[in-house]
Amino acid sequence: MKRVHTGFILLLAVSVAAAGSLVAGQAVARRPAEGPIKVGFIAPLSGPYVQNGRDILNGFLLYLEEIGYRAGGLRQAQAAPSLSRGGRQIQVIVEDDEAIPAVGLTKARKLVERDKVHLMAGALLASTGYALAPYIDSMHIPMVYPVVSADDLTQRRRSKWIVRTGWSSSQPNHAFGEYAAHTLKLKKVATIALDYAFGWESVGGFQRTFEAEGGKVTQKIWCPVSVHDFAPYLAQISRDVDAVYALFLGRAALQFMRQYQEYGLKERVLLIGSGTTTDEHVLPFMGDEALGVITALHYSAALDTPANRKFVAAYRARYKKVPSYYSESMYTGAQWFVSAIEAVGGHVEDSAALLDALRSVKLLDVPRGPVELDEYGSPIENVYIRKVERVNGELQNTVIETFPKVSQFWKYNPADYLKQPLYSRRSVP
Amino acid sequence: MAEFRKIAWKTSVPVLALVLLIAGPPFLSSYWIGLLTQIMIFAILAMSLDILLGYTGLPSFGHAGFFGVAAYTVAVLSTAYHASFWTCVVSGIIIGTLLGAAFGLLVSHVRDVYFLMITLALGMVLWGLSYRWITVTGGDNGISGIPRVMTGPIPFYFVTLLTFIACSALMTLFVSSPFGFTLKGIRENESRMKSLGVNTWLHCYLSYVISGAFASVAGVMWAYYNGFVGPTYLDLTASSEVFLMVTLGGPGTLVGPALGAGAIVLLKNVISAYTQRWLMILGAIYIMTILGAPQGLWNLGRGSRSRV
Repeated sequence: MKRVHTGFILLLAVSVAAAGSLVAGQAVARRPAEGPIKVGFIAPLSGPYVQNGRDILNGFLLYLEEIGYRAGGLRQAQAAPSLSRGGRQIQVIVEDDEAIPAVGLTKARKLVERDKVHLMAGALLASTGYALAPYIDSMHIPMVYPVVSADDLTQRRRSKWIVRTGWSSSQPNHAFGEYAAHTLKLKKVATIALDYAFGWESVGGFQRTFEAEGGKVTQKIWCPVSVHDFAPYLAQISRDVDAVYALFLGRAALQFMRQYQEYGLKERVLLIGSGTTTDEHVLPFMGDEALGVITALHYSAALDTPANRKFVAAYRARYKKVPSYYSESMYTGAQWFVSAIEAVGGHVEDSAALLDALRSVKLLDVPRGPVELDEYGSPIENVYIRKVERVNGELQNTVIETFPKVSQFWKYNPADYLKQPLYSRRSVP
Repeated sequence: MAEFRKIAWKTSVPVLALVLLIAGPPFLSSYWIGLLTQIMIFAILAMSLDILLGYTGLPSFGHAGFFGVAAYTVAVLSTAYHASFWTCVVSGIIIGTLLGAAFGLLVSHVRDVYFLMITLALGMVLWGLSYRWITVTGGDNGISGIPRVMTGPIPFYFVTLLTFIACSALMTLFVSSPFGFTLKGIRENESRMKSLGVNTWLHCYLSYVISGAFASVAGVMWAYYNGFVGPTYLDLTASSEVFLMVTLGGPGTLVGPALGAGAIVLLKNVISAYTQRWLMILGAIYIMTILGAPQGLWNLGRGSRSRV
């Protein structure tokens, strides 16, 4: 008898679930044409990249708060300025992808098919970015990638419905390679980087331009993404290099910096690297070991422009910490799609028009400087060479040189560039 | 009378579930159809593990390996070699089965916790391979862009349903055959089966291979449903999740693991939409099941005498 009882409960649960889904399905069908604009957002909000994910979300929400969660009414507002900002309400649905591509894909399905979002934004890891792209393309939902920097997303494996507003991994490193050879006058460099696509592409970009200008990458050391102790890797660095190029982020960046100093390398060998190594998501947790490190990225919180000063002040006031490039990425990303929504007058249901609008957005006054897309859909933006300094007791990435309007192809011809294979673990220029 | 009720109950639930699955789609949104497709694929996988865990008594902790290898086979063939649909499907199943045949040689002579450790290690080897054999598997980025074979979720749903029905029927036949009863005998008392003249090694080996073959079917379906394959589908977490589906539902029943798969897929997808603390809820459910129904939900009413 007891068995019948539990089985009955199970059955009941199944039928309730079925009925619930039925109701949900009908509710979606009755949706009015002019409801809120639904934006699906995906980022890792748990797991090892939670800090980065939170920063992205913070930047996103900060911008939407500034515009009062409304968009698409700019034309009416100009006609009658006395009225408060009109337009449609923006409804944000946040999902956590746990930094696992498979989960990201599941969440994207939920956002598109259950919540019926009009556009999507987010994703952090390259692997998640690649996993989502075919699905997003098949569902015809425009998606803004503010952070995912995998080169091929806008090069050899372009996706129609994805608009990248962030950067490509090799982009700042092309500029940095030239800077390292010309200005820093480095001859021999060893690289030490995380062993995955982001690392390979960044190191590959650096190596290509650095060696084209007469330098030589003599050693490439790869650490697994889950690295806990850098001792075996630091011991491999040969004694005759002029500088070490490091690429880390999150916890690994903190630990690497500390161990680099502990092993007495900091006094002997200049440390340079990818922008993420000293990005503001880890910089406040570093000490003197970070001083003097030179990195390249398309943003720095210490950038001295009116737009950035305003953004940093607002961000500090709201979240009590300094914004990282992740925060800026989605602040600008949000501004990006809001401009597109304004351009289509709030009619986000026409996703093809929205996509066209997204591709033709040009932002001249965002925190990181002017941004526009090239014909392959990747941003053309400034690359900043930054040096860690202590100002008013706080570490910051002081901008020491600006490369204006850098494209993902650097100074190369896009067609020739694309004939080369993607930078990989073993790539040799 | 009690016997009759038991049989009626035993058959009514699967039949009712089947009727709902067949008649449901027109009333459901594409999201729910997608979820049901996922449930059926994982049900095949969980049932295939049940052959090992529930019927033969061999706790495999690397079962997602077959699933993953079959899915990767489909992904590699369809994207890098542009192979036809049937080539992909058949090679996926064959390679998964061959893998079972090879691994089976290594694991079939051990039992219990040793079996668990070896299968875990083999699963990790497969995971490592998917993660580091970058030229073939794409490493961390996985392989995306597996071509869709059907337009829209409903045709694919019915193909999955057919596969699901076929696989469950075959597995039911298998476990209720004399061979299946021998497996149960091995589970209960291997030395007695040996003394009866049964080649227990061969039985365990074949059970491992057959279980791997069904897991490969699930992997092939998954590759086409998901359009993306990555290392996370064959790591330890994935294997333990299948293990939990079986133990939650009730090992040694086939129906139980299928329901367990349904419960876990629903919990993962539905609860996580409402709260970020969904992992806690899932954990609490596991603990409650272990405490309240250690034989799994489907075995709740069964007397404590019959061991699982």
